[in-house]
Amino acid sequence: MLILITYDVSVLTKSGQRRLRAIARTCLDYGMRVQNSVFECEVTPDQYVRLKNELLNIYDPHQDSLRFYMLGSKGRQKIEHWGAKVIPDPIKDALII
Amino acid sequence: MKKLLNTLYVTRQETYVHKERDTIVINSAGEKLAQFPALTISNILCFGQVSVSPPMMGYCGENGIGLVFYTEYGRFLARMIGKQTGNVLLRRTQYRLADDPEKANAIARVMVGAKIANARTVLMREIRNHGEHANISRAVEQLGYSLKSCQFSQSVPQTMGIEGDAAATYFSVFNGLIRGSRFQFNGRIRRPATDPVNALLSFIYSLITQECVSALMGVGLDPYVGFLHQDRPGRPSLALDLLEEFRASWADRFVLTLLNRRQLSPQAFVTEASGAVRLTDDTRKQVLVAFQERKQEEVVHPYLQEKVPYGLLPHCQALLLARHLRGDMEFYTPYLIK
Repeated sequence: MLILITYDVSVLTKSGQRRLRAIARTCLDYGMRVQNSVFECEVTPDQYVRLKNELLNIYDPHQDSLRFYMLGSKGRQKIEHWGAKVIPDPIKDALII
Repeated sequence: MKKLLNTLYVTRQETYVHKERDTIVINSAGEKLAQFPALTISNILCFGQVSVSPPMMGYCGENGIGLVFYTEYGRFLARMIGKQTGNVLLRRTQYRLADDPEKANAIARVMVGAKIANARTVLMREIRNHGEHANISRAVEQLGYSLKSCQFSQSVPQTMGIEGDAAATYFSVFNGLIRGSRFQFNGRIRRPATDPVNALLSFIYSLITQECVSALMGVGLDPYVGFLHQDRPGRPSLALDLLEEFRASWADRFVLTLLNRRQLSPQAFVTEASGAVRLTDDTRKQVLVAFQERKQEEVVHPYLQEKVPYGLLPHCQALLLARHLRGDMEFYTPYLIK
């Protein structure tokens, strides 16, 4: 299933900046960065539970926010992309470097 | 059913593949070209001057990601094998059967039979779509005989002989399946291929062989011990056995599609001084993109009666073979196209 993850992390403090980096890195383990703090993750239900737990362990509930959008298995079809920086779908597209 | 994961092809020269946490990163001249989550990748295929960091290799071994090295021109060089998965009892059964000439032949002739049947179907389809053709009809008839004699084959060498005969018959009319006069095929030539069609066939066979190796390892079988193909150091015999079912049904039809839809032109190939013909870099990329698309296409598996993407067919067959070896199924059921 496709999950869209977006977040706002307060970066006023050093620890906030650390949280921001940690959250981004964790999201990268599971999906592709499509915009600065927006990730698309194609995961199985168990991977989703793990990913969510990892993120919830990092973020600070008083200062940051996390949003998970469940786009389902046909999620890819609900997305339109306009403009620069087209991100390949790591599951379906031919990955040829 | 297993999820079809992606294959990462690294064809750009002087690149460096390494890992960052659980992601695969490809660098070139110190610049990050791409980054993918490792959980979406099942195979990394490196062509030519691609270096892979030792931690990345270790990660691949641990997580069952296939790591294969080819020359820049697509000739197989090496594959990295991680920890063995699956049941050791299953592998022991596999070895015992491979050592028993009668039982080995029972499986070998099913695989050869499937190869011949699929080749015959490809030819019959040609007749259906493009009309009667004397040579092709004769080949269909001959393949029918081969198929019959395959049923009664007594030994592996005999099965091998039938297979060789059938392949010669099939390739003798293969040129008739190529539309237009831009490409000519005058029999199968390997090591090295000396015409574009052979070069393309060799390249695709080699890609599907790797898919078969991964599939067999995935279900816990030893890809190096075959029933039809005899043991030879470094040769994935069982994967080559499995490949037989996919030669005509998948590889040849895919090559014909590329040629007949005019997706490739004769300029897409270069002839070297030695006479060897190879694909240009752009062509190889184009072929890999088309191959990836074909892998996503779904077919109904004739035995499992389930929709599966082409890319998972080797996995399905490996699974059926494992079931047969385990004794859960009396016969091995090969992949047959309609």
